[in-house]
Amino acid sequence: MGFPLTGMTLKNMVSKPVTKRYPFEPQVYTELTRGHIHNDMEKCILCGICEKTCPAVALAVNKEAGTWTIDRYSCVQCMACVRNCPPRSQSLSMKPEYAPAVVSMSAETFTKPTEAN
Amino acid sequence: MADRTVIPFGPQHPVLPEPVHLDLVIEDEKVIEAIPQVGFIHRGLEKLVEKRDYKSFVYITERICGICAFGHSLGYSETIEALMAVEVPPRALFLRVIWHELSRIHSHLLWMGCLADGFGYENLFMQCWRLRERVLDIFERTTGGRVIFSAVNVGGVNHDISNEDLRGIVTILEDMKDEYQVLLKTFLLDKSVLSRLKGVGVLTKEKAVEYGVVGPFVRASGIPDDIRNFGYGGYGYLEDFEPVVSDDCDGHARCMVRAREVLQSIDIIKEMVSKIPDGEIMTKVKGSPADGSKAVSRLEQPRGESFYYAKGNGTKFLERFRIRTPTSINIPGMVFALQGCDLADVPLNILTIDPCISCTER
Repeated sequence: MGFPLTGMTLKNMVSKPVTKRYPFEPQVYTELTRGHIHNDMEKCILCGICEKTCPAVALAVNKEAGTWTIDRYSCVQCMACVRNCPPRSQSLSMKPEYAPAVVSMSAETFTKPTEAN
Repeated sequence: MADRTVIPFGPQHPVLPEPVHLDLVIEDEKVIEAIPQVGFIHRGLEKLVEKRDYKSFVYITERICGICAFGHSLGYSETIEALMAVEVPPRALFLRVIWHELSRIHSHLLWMGCLADGFGYENLFMQCWRLRERVLDIFERTTGGRVIFSAVNVGGVNHDISNEDLRGIVTILEDMKDEYQVLLKTFLLDKSVLSRLKGVGVLTKEKAVEYGVVGPFVRASGIPDDIRNFGYGGYGYLEDFEPVVSDDCDGHARCMVRAREVLQSIDIIKEMVSKIPDGEIMTKVKGSPADGSKAVSRLEQPRGESFYYAKGNGTKFLERFRIRTPTSINIPGMVFALQGCDLADVPLNILTIDPCISCTER
């Protein structure tokens, strides 16, 4: 009986806050943190495996137009596409920081640079 | 006889993180009957198995519920592995147990915080969640996610943890243990905790068997029912496993069982880290489940026994997938425990079974 938490409570009165003063203190990400998907369009071979493996149907690949589209609002950051990206391409990667904020809900489209460019 | 009144409780209520509705039939501040209603967040995830192939579906199972995420992906993977007779490498089995026990620690600490908040002990609530944050940090460092891990896949695990990092995890948990002892002492001995939980929501041993309740709910009624006893997956490598049991049958006993299970999980992780073998972490799975093949698996989630069933049809899409979650079994027991309690004890009574409505409705 009694109040066993008293010691911890008194200690808290003189110790620093546990929470971080974000955004004044920057957030530290780990190497594995799943932030957002990045596609290196130079390396991408537009094989379409990522589109097939995406459980959230967030990706669309158009081989003729040479575009790779991601709907960041559907993406669940499961990394299925990154894991299944074929070894001869390895263009997809997961970046630890979050994707920048946008003002309208739309899919992002990336175009593969052609050799003429 | 006083007049009877019906008081609606939920689906939005400060103590409920998730929506469940109860019609409480009240007589003089005493609950005579509680009529539950679920179905506010049904998403039809079991039906989705027909539209996503069996390898992608693991990402959907772990999104059934945020707190039981790891357990569901583990249960699904084990079922598919049984369906297709896949041998999982031993290192993957060990890593699965380590993550599963870490998620048990984070789930129990979250629940203990919610309970403390439920009876108005804000300070205790924050201390529980402060400790839980360290476990979430371990998750972020080892899997990349804090709540949804995407760590388990059919055939093994997606990420390896180096032996050095595993020893680091044990050190963090050891440091946590000292602070946790203070919280444990508070939950077990503090006067205000005892006065709110002692004798609340009694479910006797006989009634617990009759209603078939599972998890810490049944262990607090004196029945050592724990699927980890059967040594599924990596639990077979444990030297000895003894479930935490209490004979008090009330809300405080359920709190005690969960609080002690955190320490037990830390010991299991320590044992697993000391025994973990080196080697592969993933077996490549090829082909599809055979037509008409069926498999079941059971595992001990933080809230109790979960049951998984899968049926193949020869294609990469499953014919049927079904989960029976612990809360759906515990609700009848909770409704019984609510009968005859004070209206003021209803929120605590509901909290002590640790309801997870997202799991229940899927």
